[in-house]
Amino acid sequence: MIPPAFEYARPGSVDEAVRVLAGAGEDGKVLAGGQSLLPLLRMRLAFPELVVDVGRIGELRGVREDGDTLVIGAMTTHHEVVRDPLVRRHAGLLAEATATVADPAVRHRGTLGGSLAHADPAGDLPAVALALDAELVVAGPGGRRTVPAREFFVDYLQSALAPDELLVEVRIPKTDGWSFHYEKFHPVAQSWAIVGVAALVRRDDGHIAEARVGLTNMGSTPLRATAAEEALSGADGPEAVARAAEAAAEGARPSQDLAASPEYRRHLARVLTRRAVLTATGWG
Amino acid sequence: MTDQAVEHEIGRSRLRKEDARLITGQTNWTDNIQVAGLLHLAVLRSPMAHARLTRVDVSPALERPGVVAAFSGADLAGGLGSLPCAWPVTEDIVLPDHPPVAVDEVRYAGDPVAVVVARDRYAAADALEAVEVDYDPLPPVLDLEAALAEDAPLVHADKGTNRCYTWPLATGESFDAVRERAEVTLKRRYHQQRLIPNAMEPRAVVVTPLASSGEYTVHSATQIPHILRIMLATVTGIPEQKLRVIAPDVGGGFGSKLQVYGEEALALAVARRLGRPVKWTESRSEGYLATHHGRGMIQDVEIAATREGRLLGLKVDLLADMGAYLMLVTPGIPILGAFMYPGIYKMDAYEFNCTGVFTTRTPTDAYRGAGRPEATFAIERIMDELAVELGLDPVEVRRRNWIRHEEFPYATIAGLTYDSGNYEAATEKALALFGYDDLRAEQRKRNERGDTVRLGIGVSTFTEMCGLAPSRVLRDLRYGAGGWEAASIRMLPTGKVEVVTGTSPHGQGHETCWSQIAADVLGVPFDDVEVVHGDTKSSPMGMDTYGSRSLAVGGEAVHRAAVKVVDKARKVAAHLLEASEQDLEFSGGAFSVKGSPEARRTIQEIAFETFTSHDLPDGMEPSINAETVLDPENFSFPHGTHLCAVEVDTETGKVRIRAYVCVDDVGTVVNPMIVEGQVHGGLAQGIAQALFEEAVYDDQGNLVSGTMADYLVPSAADLPDFVTDRTETPAVDNAMGVKGVGEAGTIASTPAVVNAVVDALRPLGVRDVRMPCSPHRVWQAVQAARSGGGVPAEDVEGTGPAQSGQSGQAAQSGDVGQYDPSGKEDQA
Repeated sequence: MIPPAFEYARPGSVDEAVRVLAGAGEDGKVLAGGQSLLPLLRMRLAFPELVVDVGRIGELRGVREDGDTLVIGAMTTHHEVVRDPLVRRHAGLLAEATATVADPAVRHRGTLGGSLAHADPAGDLPAVALALDAELVVAGPGGRRTVPAREFFVDYLQSALAPDELLVEVRIPKTDGWSFHYEKFHPVAQSWAIVGVAALVRRDDGHIAEARVGLTNMGSTPLRATAAEEALSGADGPEAVARAAEAAAEGARPSQDLAASPEYRRHLARVLTRRAVLTATGWG
Repeated sequence: MTDQAVEHEIGRSRLRKEDARLITGQTNWTDNIQVAGLLHLAVLRSPMAHARLTRVDVSPALERPGVVAAFSGADLAGGLGSLPCAWPVTEDIVLPDHPPVAVDEVRYAGDPVAVVVARDRYAAADALEAVEVDYDPLPPVLDLEAALAEDAPLVHADKGTNRCYTWPLATGESFDAVRERAEVTLKRRYHQQRLIPNAMEPRAVVVTPLASSGEYTVHSATQIPHILRIMLATVTGIPEQKLRVIAPDVGGGFGSKLQVYGEEALALAVARRLGRPVKWTESRSEGYLATHHGRGMIQDVEIAATREGRLLGLKVDLLADMGAYLMLVTPGIPILGAFMYPGIYKMDAYEFNCTGVFTTRTPTDAYRGAGRPEATFAIERIMDELAVELGLDPVEVRRRNWIRHEEFPYATIAGLTYDSGNYEAATEKALALFGYDDLRAEQRKRNERGDTVRLGIGVSTFTEMCGLAPSRVLRDLRYGAGGWEAASIRMLPTGKVEVVTGTSPHGQGHETCWSQIAADVLGVPFDDVEVVHGDTKSSPMGMDTYGSRSLAVGGEAVHRAAVKVVDKARKVAAHLLEASEQDLEFSGGAFSVKGSPEARRTIQEIAFETFTSHDLPDGMEPSINAETVLDPENFSFPHGTHLCAVEVDTETGKVRIRAYVCVDDVGTVVNPMIVEGQVHGGLAQGIAQALFEEAVYDDQGNLVSGTMADYLVPSAADLPDFVTDRTETPAVDNAMGVKGVGEAGTIASTPAVVNAVVDALRPLGVRDVRMPCSPHRVWQAVQAARSGGGVPAEDVEGTGPAQSGQSGQAAQSGDVGQYDPSGKEDQA
């Protein structure tokens, strides 16, 4: 558990961070809360020449409103997200899901931006960002660009970030009036989800008008269960939800590992989607 | 509060005096130790389970910055012998050579191939990557049954077999005879998965040579400083008197530090060679490969009984995974269990056979319970099966077979004499606390409704053998040492007391408990007692700490030494008070003459009088210090009744423990709070085996559960609130009546939980779930039962009704903890 040697930089601003990253090219790596990168370094699974610690960049931290959108700085810790009144009011799903991340020690160090940029499909927050239709604001040498969550998660541990880009903030359309639930299925409290389901439901006159379902650990990237979402539209009670949830694993290609077979994961996605939506709607 | 002597120290829930420094880390954990000029050792380990080493070139590592030396196995072979196995259980046991660094062949993933010594840990770790090694792959040996086949590839080719030993025991009538007259026979196969001990503190060692005297000080995170000293002398050839071994504060062991490790010998050998102090500290993932594992057995268990549920006989056939080499007590672990398979039950015949098998995996050895959890699991699981077979309540079938309290002392079929116990009392108390009848009623309702979430109730009425051990018994078992323990008490001139013990605590709280024992006998304030331990210079005699032995042997030795001190002090007091010894009373730490309480001398005053020696009885040596070396007469036998209720989500396979009640009988309790803590920790570890933990290997012999991300150690969040209580039936073979508690929770809880899981699923047709009962496994079992999946014939046999609807277990081959990446378990 001894990391390889690396250079270390601690820029004081986003501009400086981008400059340092650009200088390092493929050999640079951003250190946010360190909850994913440090284990990789200590296991000698990552060998960056330069570690760019963005922990002292104040502008990357905090939550603010921008009209109908909530803007969360990339370096806002999980703990801050869980406790933040704006997040709880306007993006309750994110607060609920973030509270299930690992343990208190990790939540005090780990950050929202770090967790999304790591692009681990087993992480809880990528699927939640997908379900929330979040947008990710990225700073690079050419200025800033906005990437929808749907385009951000490219492959296993691979995001749309270029080596010289830094994730600076996460923009989440407010979900006032939506009900939600994150159903996490994990063997022990501190382990990753075997499967997780993030459900958001907007109801109209007793039936589901619109549903969004994000899936954790059901493939090489987080997924939206689009077939189930469509089937949920118009659902008016538990039976209809149960029928719609049968489509939750459609198109998913989950992996085999020590915790689960692909078949079991698909089964869990269906069961957990039903449960997540029933909990969100209060029909369970 | 603690500066005054109190009447009864034994039985008080004192806060642990060692906790402040342990919890804050303000202490000398071995890795905290700094010495001028310290060098750091790092070990290069084989990435392959089995291969010939065709080339090991350490010279490129020497070019790296900060590197002082580097050695291959061949370089070190001269100064280092084979690592010791102190328990050759049979005359014809196969004892392979075990070099601390492999010389021509590696036999498990993690086997050391080279060491690098550098000026700091980072330089050493970096330089490992420069060592050049060529491996010529050999076939891995992973399946315990296949390993015994004629043409199996061999772990140790020079030995011509993978069979390490076969150890038989047969007592009472012949099992075949009782099987003939039995109305019911049941045969089951159980799998004890491999477990990885997870002591909070990793292993670490610091060796400091003293040029002036030729001595070496070895600080090691070990449970056994005294045994380690002897063994290091043997392995390195350094005279024993030139070795000082210190176990400073040690952060847990669970048996994993009851060992003489290659790295300890290596650090010593390198320090000797370079004349410089050397430190080695393992990382967690390194420990997963190279710290010994536990369990790893296949158990074929058969019972014969009458229709009324009376046991007639038990037959046990074990295959035990030794791993690649025999470590300190590897072969003896299953043998320690041999005596416990009959549990608390009476029967007429018992046959036991254990075959140790070499595999290309990390060596196994003691892990909390060491042989006894496996035995208890087997008997308690199959007793539940017997109850089902006969349509009896599982508590009732136990009641019909257990030793009644009026039958003690009882000579068991396995040859032990249980001195005391009261299984009826513990069970009655547990049933009441648990609300057994109400839970059974709820279970029936759920089953009738066909609930998705089923309720299951598991019973475990266990006993174990502690107080290791009468030395003559150890001789008969071919164990390489005795089972005594030493204690001495030094009465200091200022009235303070030093208790020197040969036990070596690593979290148990000996400093507190031994202080309570000494304070209780001597009548001195608790805070006036200091416990000295874990240093072969200051506590030169000891057999160390393992197997729940410390209190029953080491604590008892402290008690006896304290009584001796009082006896000696009584002579001085009689002289000073001008009375005869018979006329003296001793209470509250003071001697007085019966009938005239105003004339008194405290034992602390007598310590000073003895120091000055101005006025001692004629002919008396000027000392009231005392020493005891105690060889126990018998083992001690804690017991208890554990009840577990689980809710099993049949849709997802998730098991939630809804209630856990245990009533343990550990005899006299010195510190109830410490006992409670031991029970809680033990339960967590036993439940972990039932539900969470497994060392998993792939078909090439790679450990795939190699980090805590995949090896699931539960936390408090995964465990229920435990309801613990006690009955107190004192042990009769020691003066205090103590039995030991370190392993009770671990031994009892695993079968209680698995019995509950199977009980919940039996109405669905599930007959067994292999440990750990992970959500995936439970779900598979339910799926297989629903699709009418048959019972693998070799796992479940019986004379009862046709068995159907067995769990969806993987092909029941002889593997333990094997990972099948094809996912073929799905097709069960």
